[in-house]
Amino acid sequence: MVRFEHVGLRYGLGPEVLRDLTFHIEPHSFQFLTGPSGAGKTSLLRLLFLSLRPTRGLITLFGHDIASLSKDSLATLRRRVGIVFQDFRLLDHLSTYENVALPFRVVGRDENSYRGEVIELLRWVGLGERMWALPAVLSGGEKQRAAIARAVIARPQLLLADEPTGNVDPSLAARLLRLFVELNKSGTSVLIATHDIALMDQYDARRLVLHDGRLHVYE
Amino acid sequence: MADIEDISGPTSTRKSGSPLPRTETPIVPKNSIAGRALIAVVAIMTFLASLTTGGVMLVRAMAADWQSDVAREVTIQLRATSGRDGEADVRRAADIARSFPGIAEARAYSKEESARLLEPWLGSGLSLDDLPVPRLVVARIAPGATPDLAQLRRQLAERVAGASLDDHRAWVDRMRTMARTAVAGGVVVLALVFIVTMLSVTFATRGAMATNRPIIEVLHFVGAKDRFISGQFLKHFLALGLKGGLIGGGTAVLMFAVLEALSGWLLGGGAAADQVTALFGSFSIGPAGYLAMLAQILLVAVVTAATSQFTVNRTLENIE
Repeated sequence: MVRFEHVGLRYGLGPEVLRDLTFHIEPHSFQFLTGPSGAGKTSLLRLLFLSLRPTRGLITLFGHDIASLSKDSLATLRRRVGIVFQDFRLLDHLSTYENVALPFRVVGRDENSYRGEVIELLRWVGLGERMWALPAVLSGGEKQRAAIARAVIARPQLLLADEPTGNVDPSLAARLLRLFVELNKSGTSVLIATHDIALMDQYDARRLVLHDGRLHVYE
Repeated sequence: MADIEDISGPTSTRKSGSPLPRTETPIVPKNSIAGRALIAVVAIMTFLASLTTGGVMLVRAMAADWQSDVAREVTIQLRATSGRDGEADVRRAADIARSFPGIAEARAYSKEESARLLEPWLGSGLSLDDLPVPRLVVARIAPGATPDLAQLRRQLAERVAGASLDDHRAWVDRMRTMARTAVAGGVVVLALVFIVTMLSVTFATRGAMATNRPIIEVLHFVGAKDRFISGQFLKHFLALGLKGGLIGGGTAVLMFAVLEALSGWLLGGGAAADQVTALFGSFSIGPAGYLAMLAQILLVAVVTAATSQFTVNRTLENIE
């Protein structure tokens, strides 16, 4: 599904922040990405999400070499990847329902064709009563769940989550982890970037540890 | 799958203080502070640009009026000569002019009319009988005709003592130079105002776009193609530009229309009004002026939309 071969990344003329990364993410797999602050987790996520191009090495996503793809093709590939940002990135002027429905709207789908799906997912993540509320009136946990719902609504093959439990209490963190596990069981590959060792200890999964720009994989 | 009807009704899910269900909210927010500020900037600058355009059109029309009025008339002047029948000379000069090819009509000014012409300098109630005031015959040239004025001048000199012909050439030349200078000055001012308008609109649009960067990023991350993202912003900023342009340009158009309609009433009647009308025309910018203002409104809207496109594209390039 995702293959990195000797990938390096540097910003401008600065030093390499990611060095010689070689790893793969299999379909239906579950993994944590961890490492100290500044180790390059966010940069790696951005590479995985095609919002950065590597300065060297080869990245293939769903069998495509991303270096050879046009911008439009990258956008099409990006639709097969869901991402949950640490800061949620919900659009403040759209209701929870509209935020979650955004991936359908940008591909031009008619609202009647996805309305039921969005409402069902919102109920599943516990936001059935908050679907018409604006993000400004949602709690941190509700925003986090809305962001996750938006990331998974289009049934992505790969879900990337950047510190998804960073803003919630331990019990909600455990609930969110169960949500990711459920998604993984339904066929989505999941990669969660986190500092939270307690969270990682709750689920036995592969760990990708970034340290000083290099990646160590613990199966 | 859950039953949609039982949970999605507009009122059943509405909490106190929550907004009404919205499923088609524009992706780019309509009523942002930056958007309103942009409309205000566009409206003000379009208004100023339209005023300048209208001003230039007025000056141009006035200059053309002066020139054509003066150029379509010649004046025969008869010096008062003692011992001659002044009235007979005037009649003869008018007859010569009238019968000359290319002259549409010739009208002799009566003594009273000549007195009125001198009123501003000599005062009213003055008897001109004792003064050697020259008499005037005004001849109007037929439209499209180019009479041989040298020949007319010769005939008058031969047949009417003391008669001379003034074709206003010196005035026309001065008028032409003045008109050209006035229009050129107006065009320079218009160009400057227009450049300032475009710069202001461009910077205001970029400012408004800066607040929209998070929206561009989110759309990008949920898989929107660049064409979709720029299309959303194009629609939004074209609408903002048109709204601001219509407010500013529309106000200017309305102002000129009202001024044109009320110019007679505002000036009142009498000699003063005649003088002002002779100098400034009827405050009419004509259809071409109104069309130019409408074109300006469209141009400002297009510049606003194009600037947003430029900024969206640059933002998208930076994201990837």
